[in-house]
Order: sequence, then C-alpha cells, then structure tokens
Amino acid sequence: MDALVSTGLRDTLIAGARVIDPASSFDGVADVLIRGGLIADIGTGLAAEDAETIAADGAVLCPGLVDMRVELGEPGREYRETIASVARAAAAAGITTLVALPDSLPAIDDPALVRLLLARGEETGSVTILPYGAVTRGCAGEQLAELGLLHEAGAVGFTDAGRTIGPARMMRLALSYARGFGGLIIQHPEEPSLSEGGCATEGELATRMGLPAIPAAAEAIQVARDVALVRLTGGRIHFAHVSTAEAIELIRRAKAEGLAVTCDTAPPYFDLNEIAIGEFRTYAKLSPPLRTDADRRAVVAALVDGTIDAVASDHQPRDADDKRLPFAQASAGGAGLMTLLPITLAQFHGGAITLPRAIELLTAGPARVLGLTQGRMGKGSAADLCLFHPDRAWKIEAGRMPGKAQNTPFDGRAVEGRVLGTWKAGKRVFG
Amino acid sequence: MRHLLAIEGLAPTTIAELLDLAESYALLNRSGKTQRDVLRGRTLINLFFEDSTRTRTSFELAGKRLGADVLNMSVSTSSVKKGETLLDTASTLNAMQCDLLVVRHDQSGAPNLLAQKVEAAVINAGDGTHEHPTQALLDALTIRRHRGKLEGLTIAICGDIGHSRVARSNIHLLNAMGSSVRVVGPPTLIPAAIEELGVTVFHDMRSGLAGADVVMMLRLQKERMTRNLVPSSREYFRFYGLDAEKLAVAKPDALVMHPGPMNRGVEIDSAVADDPAHSVIREQVEMGVAVRMAVLDRLSRTSNYTAGARR
Repeated sequence: MDALVSTGLRDTLIAGARVIDPASSFDGVADVLIRGGLIADIGTGLAAEDAETIAADGAVLCPGLVDMRVELGEPGREYRETIASVARAAAAAGITTLVALPDSLPAIDDPALVRLLLARGEETGSVTILPYGAVTRGCAGEQLAELGLLHEAGAVGFTDAGRTIGPARMMRLALSYARGFGGLIIQHPEEPSLSEGGCATEGELATRMGLPAIPAAAEAIQVARDVALVRLTGGRIHFAHVSTAEAIELIRRAKAEGLAVTCDTAPPYFDLNEIAIGEFRTYAKLSPPLRTDADRRAVVAALVDGTIDAVASDHQPRDADDKRLPFAQASAGGAGLMTLLPITLAQFHGGAITLPRAIELLTAGPARVLGLTQGRMGKGSAADLCLFHPDRAWKIEAGRMPGKAQNTPFDGRAVEGRVLGTWKAGKRVFG
Repeated sequence: MRHLLAIEGLAPTTIAELLDLAESYALLNRSGKTQRDVLRGRTLINLFFEDSTRTRTSFELAGKRLGADVLNMSVSTSSVKKGETLLDTASTLNAMQCDLLVVRHDQSGAPNLLAQKVEAAVINAGDGTHEHPTQALLDALTIRRHRGKLEGLTIAICGDIGHSRVARSNIHLLNAMGSSVRVVGPPTLIPAAIEELGVTVFHDMRSGLAGADVVMMLRLQKERMTRNLVPSSREYFRFYGLDAEKLAVAKPDALVMHPGPMNRGVEIDSAVADDPAHSVIREQVEMGVAVRMAVLDRLSRTSNYTAGARR
C-alpha cells in the first residue's frame, strides 16, 4: 500500500460532484471512486475506507479534456515549448490527452518518430500524447508519407498541420489510400494561392491597416474542393479550425449528404473577431486569421447545432522573438492550452450552449472524430478526470501561464471556469 | 501628440494647426531665413529600412534648418540579415539618446512597434502599405495654397490604391478636412471595402476625373505587372495613365499631383507632368520640407517631451 501511495495511486473518492459525461449523456450529482488508476464506481453515497476523499462541493467532474490539435515544439523547436512544459500546462488546463501536430523538426513522417512521441508522453506521467502522422513526407506536399506504417505505429490521423494539402491530386491520393485502413485526413482549409503572403482577413480593417490580406472565401473554396474529393474517393476528412460562415455551411450540407466530413474550431474563432489585431497586435495574429463578427457568430451557431464536432486548443507556442516583429513578419499562432476550457465555457455563460455541450466539445466530440477511447468516464475506464468550478473567475495574463508559451490572444481577459484538479490514470497531476 | 504614426485618428484641428505651422515655415524657407534654435541640441535620426532619397533628404533638410543634429542610418537588409531585430535597433537608439526618430520601413506597423520601445518621438516616414502621414500633410498644404481651403473639394486619387500608403493617409486626411475623395483604378489595384474609408470607387478614369479639383496620381510599380495585377504598362497607360485628354474632363484649373518618383508614360504623360498650368509636383517637394519642419517642431514641443531632461 505504501508503494502505491508513493506513486500516487492511492484510492480516491471524489464526493458530491456534478458529474457530466457527455459520452453517456450522464449529468447528475454523484460520487466517483478511483481505484488502481481506473474508475471503480460512479454513484451516490459511495464510501471507501483508506481512500482519500475529496469534497467536490458542487464543482463539475468530467472526463479529462481531449485536445485534438497541439503543436509541441519538440522535437526541433524546444525553445518554444517542450513536451515537459506542454505536459505541465495541459495538466493545469484539465487536459489529459492531446494530439500532436506532425510539423516538428523533423516532421513526424516516420513510424519511429510516432513511437518516440507516444513514449515521451508516457514519460511525463501526466498526459497522453497521441501523434498525427504527416500526410506528405516532411509535410512538404510532394510525396505521400508512409500512411499505413504510421497508422500501424499509432498515428491517430494524418495532416500536414498548418500547410494546406494544395494539389487536388495529392488530396485525392491521400483520401483514397487512407480509406484502405479507415485513416482520417485532417486538412488546414485555406486555398494556398489565395492565402499566400496574407496575414489578415481581407476587408475594411486589413485595408485600413495596410496588411496583406486573405479573402475569407479561401477557406470555403478549399472545403468545397475537398468535399468533392471525399465524394469521389469515399475517404474521410476532418477540417481543422474552421472559421467562416461559408465554409461551415458547406460542411453542414456535406454532413447532411452523409459524407464522412467532420470539423473542429478553436476558441479564438468563436470568441474574438478581427478587431483583436488592431494596433498591430501580433499575439492575435493566427492562422487562419481572425474573421469578421458575422463569421464569428456563424461559428457559434455551428457549435450549437452540432455542425462543429470539437473544440481544439490549436496551441501554437511562439516566443517573443517570433512575435515581436512587424505584423506581417511575425509568426502566426497563439498559445491555447490554458484558455481552452474557460473560453469554451464563456459560450455557456453567455447562454449559447449548455454546460454538457461545452464539455462534449472538449471530450467526447474530439474522441469520436478520432475514434479514441478517451473522453468518457464509464466504470472500468481509465480515471482521466477534470474537476473544475465553472463560475470561479480568474484573469488570463501572458507571462503568468504554466508552460513556456505565453503568446495568448486573450491576454488581460477575465474569465470564469477554474480547474481545481486533474487526474491522469488515477494519479492527481494538478491541483 | 507624442508621435506621428498615422493620419487616421488625428483631429481636424490638429491637422489644421500643423498645416498653419507648415505654411509659416514655407514662407520662412522662401525668405531664406533660418530658425536654428528650434531644435538646437536635439538629435534627429533618419532610420530608413527602405531606400528613399527624396523623403530622407527632405527630413534631413528640415531637421538641419531647425538646428538639429541629423544622422542618417540606412539599415538596409545588412543588420537584419545578421539577425538584428527591430527591437534590437530600438535598444541601440535608446542608448544613443536620440530625440526624434524618423522611420521608413517596408512593413505596415513597424513604426508603431518601435514607438512602444523607444524614448524618442517617432515619425512615420512610410510603413509598408499602411500610412505616409507627412506626404498627406504636404499634399494638403499644396492644395490649400492653391485653393485656399480643403473642404468642399473633389479629389481623385488614381492608380495603385491597394499598395499605396500615400493613398491611405490622403484619404484619412482629406475626409477629415471635408473634401470629397474618389479613388480610380482597375479592380485588381483597389483593395477590399475601401468604400468604408469614405471614398467613392471608379474604374473608369473619365468618370472618376469628371469635375475633379485635384487629380492625384500614384506610382505604379513594375512588380504589379509581373504579378499580373495589370497586363502591361502599355495597357495601363491606355486606360489609367493621365494625359491631356483624360485631364480635360476635370475642372479647367484642376491641380495635378504626384508623390514621385514618376514613371513617365506609365501613370502620367510627360506633357501633363510638366504643364505649369496644372502640375504642382515641384511645389509638393518644396512643401515637403516645410511640413516636416512643422512636424518636428510640434513633436519637440509636446508636454511629455523635453530635450535633455532625461540625460
């Protein structure tokens, strides 16, 4: 028993929590008993001798968050973020599973690298890292990567990260080939010849600021083409960080048609609009760029009606040297781990979505898209859990967040929703 | 006013004050007198990340006429290639304790970034495709000298509006002062939603110029043709080049302006550019020095800025 305690695997009883598990549609006050790293029981009036008892006092207990889009920084850009620093930030954010983008140095286009990332995640003991494999070698867009071998090694999907799979023939090949083993292709939807060199959404603000701009239609054009290729190949596609009304409408129609099309978005696209880049604020320079408020409202509507399957942090760690540059030269991307839950909860506090729906977008939603066993909390499943108080307020401050990356577009924002505790396979890793 | 980073946001009264001050400097310059005590003991650095002989010379002359110590730093790409960032440069300038910093950069917003980090007053001498405030002020001064006012005039800005910081600054200034602004050019050179800045868009030169008090031509850069924004200089001149025939639809005494340097035979015909009945292009250069003297003078007098105080 002493040995178990020393490794953090003492039995734990979380008592009197509002348990929300969207995967099973459970929402009610209950106790949860963690034993041997697994959820041993969920019910009322549970008691366990020797278990450490935590009074939840009405806080919400839900599955550990599943973040389906995270740039790690490691390997290759450790100055931005390391796996260890990501793991610390993830635990503080209630995230227990994260899916890593493959555009590292080197790119994750070799099965050995997939296995390396899986192992490095295990080493942290606080977060499961699931890698995406590259669609093309080096994410360079020219030659198909070894999709089958990557899949076999544990890649949960394929993407060239922030690079659009541009040529139609390459996307057709990827969709067709991956179909052979049920593989999922994740696309960054921005038609490359329209987005090249741009750094803001085309419109009045970009014109006023004199910034090279990208028309919002670049997203819809890419989505429209890829939907046609899904129809042609019978493959499965997932569109990352959708941000425009037009693209969302195309996805809505593709889903209604029964095509294997899913999508996610990230908090900046339903919480901010392009005004955030005013005064040349590079922390709000993202890819895709922030949109008009009409587009933002369309993203919210799609969170409500289910067109959007998941919310991902889109964590893109950048350091000061990447960001303290003239706007067009600054690197695009925002740190997203710490703001994932509270900014999503802002849609609940604002009345757009229910609390269970907010949690679904962060747990069961992404797990369903990627076919993962995580993101649920049934009896016998791994005790990956997040305990948070939805009403507790705090202020987001760049420079004071866990993890290396501090480049948040939400700097200075007051939010509600504080993580009180995070458990990874029964071990308390935060709080 | 701590810096001059843009025309957008400047109050009409501030613009009018600057123009009045510039007018007095224009008269002083013509009289051959100097006023070297205005910036005596102050250091002005011209920090040019992009070549521009005429703007740099204009600021240099303005600074010297007011008695400043003027240094020119051409930070071409060499320092940048060595890894020096804009903020490293800012730190260097703070160490040199310069008072007035004139910045030209090929990136929109670069002077704003510098202004956050340097102690000197920053003057934007053109940033990317964002703004070129002193150019708009000198254009306004030139117009005001000929028309006696700015309000109620119809001004056509023609050519590559999308890539023109001069156009943006002029639109903000002329709108603020009560002029009516038109922009004229092919759709590929007109940026999205420009109407929201308070202009009327024309794609036909004759319609755009009809009844105009002022025709402001913009430089067309050759790279616009290589990027296929316009098919050729020959075609461009045919439809958008200013010649006597197109100018004839404007007011009989219409002013012709150009920020220079001109591509003769591309955006403007030599006969028009050199026609003393219309062209005020040389006067624009003269007013440039006066406007820059006014801006340097004004910024050196702002309340939170006192020369030598922090030394």
